[in-house]
Amino acid sequence: MNKYDLVIIGAGISGASIAYNLAKKGMKNILVLDKGYFASGATGRCGAGVRQQWATEMNCILAKQSMEFFAHAKETLNYPDDIEFKQEGYLILATTQEEHEQFKKNVKLQNSLGIPSKTCSKEEALKIVPHLNPDSFISATFCQTDGHLNPFKMTEAYYLAAKHLGVEFHFFEEVKSIKVVNQIIESVTTNKDTYLTDKVVNAAGGYSKEIGDLVGIDIPVYAENHEILVTEPIEKMQGPMVMSFSKNIYCQQVPHGAFIMGRSNPFAEHNHDIGSTWQFLDEMSKTLVHIMPKVGELRVIRQWGGSYNMSPDRQPIISDTKDLKGFYMACGFSGHGFMFAPMTGLLLSELILNEKPSIDMSSLHINRFKENKATAYEKSVV
Amino acid sequence: MKKENQVIICRCEDVTLEQIREKINEGYTNFEDLKRLLRVGMGPCQGNTCGHLIQRELANFLKIPVEQVKTHKSRPLTMGVPLKAIAEETNE
Repeated sequence: MNKYDLVIIGAGISGASIAYNLAKKGMKNILVLDKGYFASGATGRCGAGVRQQWATEMNCILAKQSMEFFAHAKETLNYPDDIEFKQEGYLILATTQEEHEQFKKNVKLQNSLGIPSKTCSKEEALKIVPHLNPDSFISATFCQTDGHLNPFKMTEAYYLAAKHLGVEFHFFEEVKSIKVVNQIIESVTTNKDTYLTDKVVNAAGGYSKEIGDLVGIDIPVYAENHEILVTEPIEKMQGPMVMSFSKNIYCQQVPHGAFIMGRSNPFAEHNHDIGSTWQFLDEMSKTLVHIMPKVGELRVIRQWGGSYNMSPDRQPIISDTKDLKGFYMACGFSGHGFMFAPMTGLLLSELILNEKPSIDMSSLHINRFKENKATAYEKSVV
Repeated sequence: MKKENQVIICRCEDVTLEQIREKINEGYTNFEDLKRLLRVGMGPCQGNTCGHLIQRELANFLKIPVEQVKTHKSRPLTMGVPLKAIAEETNE
């Protein structure tokens, strides 16, 4: 049986970033397992947006420091291709008085953490995105350094850098069981083989709960389908991502020229469905045409779905657990694992190698739910 | 460079045979991988043109019968429809 110092379950952006960070610090014998093909899970299905405009302090910190990594990721990871990083901002629309007031508080918090967001009047917002329907919102916030990043390319950049440092990746290999003896992990068994290891990282995205269940760790997360669509590509007409929580929409034009847009379904069941529905297409079209009628002239060419791994406070769980030594978690990202990946990798590498953490991680620990500690609830989620 | 490598395989996204062979040689040996890294199958025809051509390339590389190469996932819509037409429930 092959022996590894660490097995990471999930080769999405989180797993790839964790593997890279550990390998860079000199850890050897790392194996990353994935049940599907490259970027087959949530990473490869996400909306390709990266933003720092959050309502909780922790999400702001994770996002800002991740953004700083993305800005130099191509050089840092020595990636030969283009990661399509652009910082043309996120324009977040307030459509109710309540949102308008909340956004003022958000901007104050973001500014206090060094995030250069600002509030905009309706007129200022229309200067940034002229094709907005002026009757569809009352004010907005804007952060120039938010933007776009290609999820496939960014994941490949981490994947190739990790491989170059000696990390092994196995695709189409599904973890079936994890053997624990006397509260110590002994081995991981897949549909193909068994690997000896005493450390496991759960970065399984939508399947994080099931991986926790394999070792009897109850992780309070669930998977939920979020649908998305893409239009035909056209000449550039929109720089920033346009987003509204109350109208339930995010929509950006990616560098390739296509518009990508999504919304959540408040009645989505908690399961692994990632199918496409006509209800989504219908509601998405109506919302989009209301907010940006001009974009409504474009043809939809494809729709798909992907899992959000939802946590109770919609902030990630980046944690070890006293219930099982050697078991680590990077899950519950609630739809934002892609944009936090650089920090996920850094923080977990510090946790695993017993280094001094870069930031206070206590509010990311799984214990916050057990101890019923009051945590900030993230409202800024579509 | 061989001339045949300049053949366009995906005409929606202008992807050449050379680009496809390069990625296959790097170890991306299924359609879904190639789709994510080269955009084949992401254009207006949704893989209807390049799908079987790439399937054949993969079969040659993997030395398996073409029937054993998994076809790409087909997704809605079957043809492009303006968002406005859906929102307003009108015929184009």
